[in-house]
Amino acid sequence: MSDEIKKMIIEYVKKEYLDEDSDQEIKEDTKLISSGIVDSFSMVSLKTYLEKKFSIKLPDGDATPEAFDSVNNIIELINKFGVKV
Amino acid sequence: MAYSSKARDFYAGELQGMKDKGIFKEERFIQSPQAASIKVEYPKGAAIKQVLNFCANNYLGLSSHPEVVKAAHEALDSRGYGLSSVRFICGTQDIHNELEQKLSEFLGLEGTCLFPSCMEANAGLFDVVLSPEDAMISDRLVHASIVDGLKLCKAQMFNYKHNSMSHLEEKLQEAQSCRLRMIITDGVFSMDGDIAPLDKICDLADKYDAMVMVDDSHATGFIGKTGRGTHEYHNVMDRVDVITTTFGKGLGGATGGSVSGPKEIAEMCRQRARPYLFSNTMPPAVVAGSIKVLELLSKSTDHRDKLEKNTKYWREGLSKAGFDLKAGDTPIVPVMLYNAKLAQDMARDLYAEGIYVIGFFFPVVAQGQARIRTQISAGHEMEHLDKALAAFTKIGDKYGILGLKKDQIIAKYGL
Repeated sequence: MSDEIKKMIIEYVKKEYLDEDSDQEIKEDTKLISSGIVDSFSMVSLKTYLEKKFSIKLPDGDATPEAFDSVNNIIELINKFGVKV
Repeated sequence: MAYSSKARDFYAGELQGMKDKGIFKEERFIQSPQAASIKVEYPKGAAIKQVLNFCANNYLGLSSHPEVVKAAHEALDSRGYGLSSVRFICGTQDIHNELEQKLSEFLGLEGTCLFPSCMEANAGLFDVVLSPEDAMISDRLVHASIVDGLKLCKAQMFNYKHNSMSHLEEKLQEAQSCRLRMIITDGVFSMDGDIAPLDKICDLADKYDAMVMVDDSHATGFIGKTGRGTHEYHNVMDRVDVITTTFGKGLGGATGGSVSGPKEIAEMCRQRARPYLFSNTMPPAVVAGSIKVLELLSKSTDHRDKLEKNTKYWREGLSKAGFDLKAGDTPIVPVMLYNAKLAQDMARDLYAEGIYVIGFFFPVVAQGQARIRTQISAGHEMEHLDKALAAFTKIGDKYGILGLKKDQIIAKYGL
């Protein structure tokens, strides 16, 4: 289950934020926010995606750039809000 | 005393941290009017130096135009220094209404609401016209002031990859259940100088029943055959619904901004936009100066024509010298260097040569996209451009980057 969710988030990040011709690899510990792949503005769409996908509500106070900075961090965050990983 | 040594040490530490990371913004003190050639004190305390300015939004060279300055002087005499209030209480003069009408005519839209700046126009607009039942669908590279405005609005937020029409279409499909949809984009993107494909955006807007909003701050007055902006450039003057813009760049460079569009949207801004309701009125001298600018631009296209000629000459000169440029048609011409230190070092050396430019790097632009963003003005004369081209060539040669492409520059200097 854990690997499936990680794969799902990685696929979403690649589809939404990388250019079609990008050969950049996204791994579970790739820096997303601090490397500029996902900017703080686009982070809103990532938050919305996670909320819809897992039927959770992420309070703004928890949805920080640090919490979204890698797939591992995201897994940790959604875990806190009841998603079984 | 509340401002304790603890507080002082904290803020001093924060500022020092910015300096250590190389992201502290140093000011250059201009000792003359804004123009193609300016007197600058930099660093603070250094001898004042006359330098050519390739880093200003003074696209049309109107910042110190004698007729504009004269109009501002006359307004100071006839209408005073300021209104001491917000517009709706006791701060609207007849000339505010005149400027709104003149700008609406210039842009080809029904109505206009003035704001103290375009930043405030963007901060006020979205919350006024969109509600939680609605969707705002924006390009990811829109200006920071639009991002701030979108964050203040409760509508559902979607964003699409920069200028990607296939991604925009996906987002429009996702937003189809919303009551109203607004596509939001810059007309000219300030960092890359590229123009949004408004013709294709309008096609998608028609297909999916969406409004189109454009921030044309880096376009009004000089993009398009008669300088109306990106909607004229793409031949969609009757298909863009809302335009925000500034009087603080090409249109004289003082300050002030606006929302133009259907008369209901202009009126909604007057009734509900918080920066309109709670910020002071544009000062009379700026309003009169802006009216004069619109009159000048409506009479003749000389300024935008000269800017177009200068831009072409500059772009071709840099390209011939062997610099790696972002392609485009606008007076924003980024010289790509990819490495932040290289951008800063070259900007410093160019200053020593009498050319005023700034290095841009993350987080102002994306990681690995460091550059020197040059900006051309109608105020530049051929000798200015030639002198700057010679200086750029000399410094480019010093760093051994002439003729190198992206991968080669990165291989030489790293990211």
